[in-house]
Amino acid sequence: MAFRQKHLLGIEPLAPDEITTILDLAQDYAALNRSAEKHGRALEGLTQVNMFFENSTRTLASFELAGLRLGADVMNMPMQASSIKKGETLIDTAMTLNAMHPDLLVVRHPHSGAVNLLAEKVACSVLNAGDGRHEHPTQALLDALTIRRKKGRLHRLTVAICGDIAHSRVARSNIWLLGKMESRLRLIGPPTLIPAGARDWGCEVYHDMAEGLRDADVVMMLRLQKERMDGGFIPSEREYYHRYGLDAAKLGHAAQDAIVMHPGPMNRGVEIDGTLADDINRSVIHEQVEMGVAVRMAAMDLLARNLHAARAA
Amino acid sequence: MSTIFTNARLIDPEAGTDEIGSLLIRDGRIAARDPLDQHADEIVDCRGKCLAPGIVDLGVKVSEPGERHKESFRSAGEAAARGGVTTIVTRPDTDPAIDTPEVLEFVARRAATDAIVHVRPMAALTKGRAGREMVEIGFLGDAGAVAFTDCDRVVADNKVFSRALTYAASLGALVVAHPQDPTLSAGACVTGGKFGALKGLPGVSPMAERMALDRDLALVEMTGARYHADQITSARALPALRRAKANGFDVTAGVGIHHLTLNEFDVGDFRTFFKLKPPLRSEDDRLAVVEAVASGLIDVICSMHTPQDEESKRLPFEEAASGAVGLETLLPAAMRLVHGGHMDLPTLWRALSLNPARRLGLGTGRLAVDAPADLVLFDPDAPFVMDRFALASKSKNTPFDGSRMEGCVLGTWVAGRRVHGS
Repeated sequence: MAFRQKHLLGIEPLAPDEITTILDLAQDYAALNRSAEKHGRALEGLTQVNMFFENSTRTLASFELAGLRLGADVMNMPMQASSIKKGETLIDTAMTLNAMHPDLLVVRHPHSGAVNLLAEKVACSVLNAGDGRHEHPTQALLDALTIRRKKGRLHRLTVAICGDIAHSRVARSNIWLLGKMESRLRLIGPPTLIPAGARDWGCEVYHDMAEGLRDADVVMMLRLQKERMDGGFIPSEREYYHRYGLDAAKLGHAAQDAIVMHPGPMNRGVEIDGTLADDINRSVIHEQVEMGVAVRMAAMDLLARNLHAARAA
Repeated sequence: MSTIFTNARLIDPEAGTDEIGSLLIRDGRIAARDPLDQHADEIVDCRGKCLAPGIVDLGVKVSEPGERHKESFRSAGEAAARGGVTTIVTRPDTDPAIDTPEVLEFVARRAATDAIVHVRPMAALTKGRAGREMVEIGFLGDAGAVAFTDCDRVVADNKVFSRALTYAASLGALVVAHPQDPTLSAGACVTGGKFGALKGLPGVSPMAERMALDRDLALVEMTGARYHADQITSARALPALRRAKANGFDVTAGVGIHHLTLNEFDVGDFRTFFKLKPPLRSEDDRLAVVEAVASGLIDVICSMHTPQDEESKRLPFEEAASGAVGLETLLPAAMRLVHGGHMDLPTLWRALSLNPARRLGLGTGRLAVDAPADLVLFDPDAPFVMDRFALASKSKNTPFDGSRMEGCVLGTWVAGRRVHGS
């Protein structure tokens, strides 16, 4: 089996064959999830703890469901309301939790690198559910699975990622993944939302949607955080929508069969036109959510297998 | 009491020489170079190893008062002696800040009783390092402050800073500033660019350093103050520095050893021991700054010794404290510049010892007759693997942990008295 990791902290440490392994297994789980049965036993007897230091509904629900479908004992710890407020450090929290012998720890944290730090201190497998602006590996994997199902491949595609690249962990994980799979990447957004040095990542950078979207096979929209909308990074919401919001006219520059993706939750009328988001011929947003559960089942299954192998050794 | 060092490779930064000879010291001062009469109370056979003026480390944080668990004068003195540093010039970014003669006297008293090397304190430039009102520069100078600095806090208000510079100039006091535009660098913890952005860490352009240096130099031109930039770490800041020197302003600059030997990639997977202020730069910047030290444009190399306990470093990168300890690793790290072919030993010692001593008006940093017998004997080639838990510093936050290094201090003498080695 070509998956050698103890943790899933990001896409950066993964080899292309490891990515393919996760996607192949996720493809099976996607089929299982559509069946009447819906359940596997891969995580039976294992304890999965979801530790979210940042608000999340969708990702948390997706991880929880993935664990339940595979038979894990799942516990949610909404950390933004708990001990961290009482001054306990991340390490102490991790050590406390470690003493309860979890097997899989799913962590979201507002600071880049926090999940890596935590993974050094615990005995179980750690999955990064998003850390700061750094990585959100399961999102990139579910995006990849969605693309692969629609396009039949992950290589030699032209993928345009549009919007707030600077603050987006989704963008970074997708850039790693699609780069490793040898697709062509374009980043489109206002210069204030494209980080310095992005050109050195091996991406093409555009500040104009029409140019950037030309002949793109995949159009990936990013969510624009409310707090970035006024004055600081962009002049206004309406100017942003005018220049960078995806609508039918702008999408006309992309390839005829281009698909539209969004990691959710969407700001309709800010980064994407509502009608377009609902267009079942172009938008694959709901399939992304569906693939999210499958990908998380696959990732946890593979990590659990490595965990069992390590414990047996 | 006299000691003669025989068979020594004498590194003389003043003369720019590196040659075998002997050195006689008597009563805490250098008495003769290559004396015909080699008799003395004590003979130290240097076996061809290097004997150089002790290092003068400009900008050491000793965490007294306030955080003695991080570093005390006793532990800092011990670390300095082990590292060949004979004079530590302390920073006032303590808690409380060293901003009154009373606090300065406390520091001087602690240093005198506890530290086995010379301690020369700097004082804050503004009260509480808050950037609003200047300190009693006159009284503090009388009490022994060798320079005035708010350390890594930049006096953002131009009027406040220009008045402080003007007042300091009238007393001939040296002002040490940290050139970093405070608004552009707000919230940043790495240098902006490919690497930092990919790691999702907020970055700052090296331009923030140049902007602040440009402002400072304009105010120096306006006020005629004596000015030292604590750390110049980027290529973009160098032309402004060169111009100011060419125009005859009383300006010098330093750089921390970490910025000369490490670059932004060393942060790797969020290793907080590599979180420094300013952040580590690109390799191009590092090489430009090394070149500037070799050419003499940058005058001073310092350790920027900043002790941090484990708690303040075991945090997510953005939240972790900045700074690294450096007293004990300064010499072996600096030897990388020699072994890398960037400069010879006398040139290196100009930056480590002679220039900072001169800038602060200390007589040390020389091998001339009657200079203080502050000396370091070291083997420039002896290899070792750095183990942070072997450090004498109370804090163990060195980025060189586990590194292969060359350069071992065999002995350190402060005012003729041996404080390290046997």
